[in-house]
Amino acid sequence: MSDVAERVKKIVIEHLGVEPEKVVTNANFIDDLGADSLDTVELVMAFEEEFGVEIPDDAAEKIVTFGDAVTFLEKAQAA
Amino acid sequence: MRRVVVTGLGVVSPLGCGVETNWRRLTAGEHGFRRIDMFEVDDLACQIAAIIPRGDGSNGTFNPDDWFDPKEQRKVDDFIIYGVCAATQALKDANWVADTPEKQETTGVLIGSGIGGLGGIYETSVTLKEKGPRRVSPFFVSGRIINLVAGYVSILHGLKGPNHAVVTACATGTHSIGDAARIIAMGDAEVMVAGGAESPVNRIGVAGFAACRALTTGFNDRPEAASRPYDRDRDGFVLGEGAGCVVLEEYEHAKARGAKIYAELIGYGMSGDAYHITAPTPDGDGAYRCMKMALKRSNISVSDIDYVNAHGTSTPLGDEIELRAVERLLGNAGANLSMSSTKSAIGHLLGGAGAVEAVYTILAMTHGVAPPTRNLDNPSVETSIDLVPHQARKREINLALSNSFGFGGTNASLLFRKTV
Repeated sequence: MSDVAERVKKIVIEHLGVEPEKVVTNANFIDDLGADSLDTVELVMAFEEEFGVEIPDDAAEKIVTFGDAVTFLEKAQAA
Repeated sequence: MRRVVVTGLGVVSPLGCGVETNWRRLTAGEHGFRRIDMFEVDDLACQIAAIIPRGDGSNGTFNPDDWFDPKEQRKVDDFIIYGVCAATQALKDANWVADTPEKQETTGVLIGSGIGGLGGIYETSVTLKEKGPRRVSPFFVSGRIINLVAGYVSILHGLKGPNHAVVTACATGTHSIGDAARIIAMGDAEVMVAGGAESPVNRIGVAGFAACRALTTGFNDRPEAASRPYDRDRDGFVLGEGAGCVVLEEYEHAKARGAKIYAELIGYGMSGDAYHITAPTPDGDGAYRCMKMALKRSNISVSDIDYVNAHGTSTPLGDEIELRAVERLLGNAGANLSMSSTKSAIGHLLGGAGAVEAVYTILAMTHGVAPPTRNLDNPSVETSIDLVPHQARKREINLALSNSFGFGGTNASLLFRKTV
């Protein structure tokens, strides 16, 4: 798992209080990890804080799985 | 009107978590005061508070994880966790589970708070200033607003009846119980969980109450002696944190299911001072009319009142004014009355005060013991009323009043009767 993925995973576990093994690439925050829509807003804020990036609302709406978040943030880090 | 009885009690206070712990420590003359160590106090005029003893949940300590999902805790201010804790205790004590649609729809919640999420509002203001609006939590609003205690309790316990919250400063808990009883009396619910919760022990809370000269300042080195209602050396109240809740129930409903009935709520009075934003009327007329109204429908004689749980905050002005109002109400019958201020043990819980004190009042009736007024070494005025100094007093208590008065000149009294 990449460094970015590790950091994202840590945030997800901390905020949603889920078992680490449930945080897999295609795990959907709402359907699989028990988040509600406000939780996902807070998750995106935590990603922004951790990685020092700004995630615009239209991009945030497309981050629905753990894998989506890792892909977006790896790209943002590379940019 | 339908009759309303109390069938469940719950409390988390500076004396601890749970009804038994509270009653044991209260009647033993123990207290919950200490120097504040959770935040910087060196520049504050008041550096002490009444603080809930936290721990693993054993020996009457409060463990928030026992009452509120740990991962949800950071979304809310403490008053919500305290309120949920007290409400959950009260429902369990009442042995009431809303497990059918009918029970759900006829069980409501009415829990208030004086201020709500003051600490979270302060912290988020700092975040907003330092980091901008994109760092404001999506849970900022839902975790600070007052009716979210009632909201969380209804969600956790599936209670779909009336869902309401009272905000009347330090009279909140008393108004909440009185208003909830009215909802049952009018036939809009069979069961109500009612009470108040507060978490004001934070830097902005202490600074604010110190600024309006309400807090004690002369006992920073002796926190245990700071709350001394009726004593000549009192110099202001001590902030406290916590929550109290009762389960109220329509009498026939409680009887039919064989519920344990603690007492009947036979009177509820309310009044306004129309005088000053923080000070009570010098003649105590607001307090007097409030107690008088509580007696109005009860068909009892004032001489039958055994115990008053006083508002008695330990401020120089308020204590004597309330005492004179009680003397005016009772006349010569005051000689048979015991009246104490349990704020001498737990400080002033603001919106939670009236609810916790209602619980203590009911326990006083149940156990036949008037809890003490701690630190009452030298009463500042003479009175024929027994102010229960220092030590709890064993005595029959069948009829009892619980008073609360709040900023804005709002007053509330509850009248309970043990025999139903």
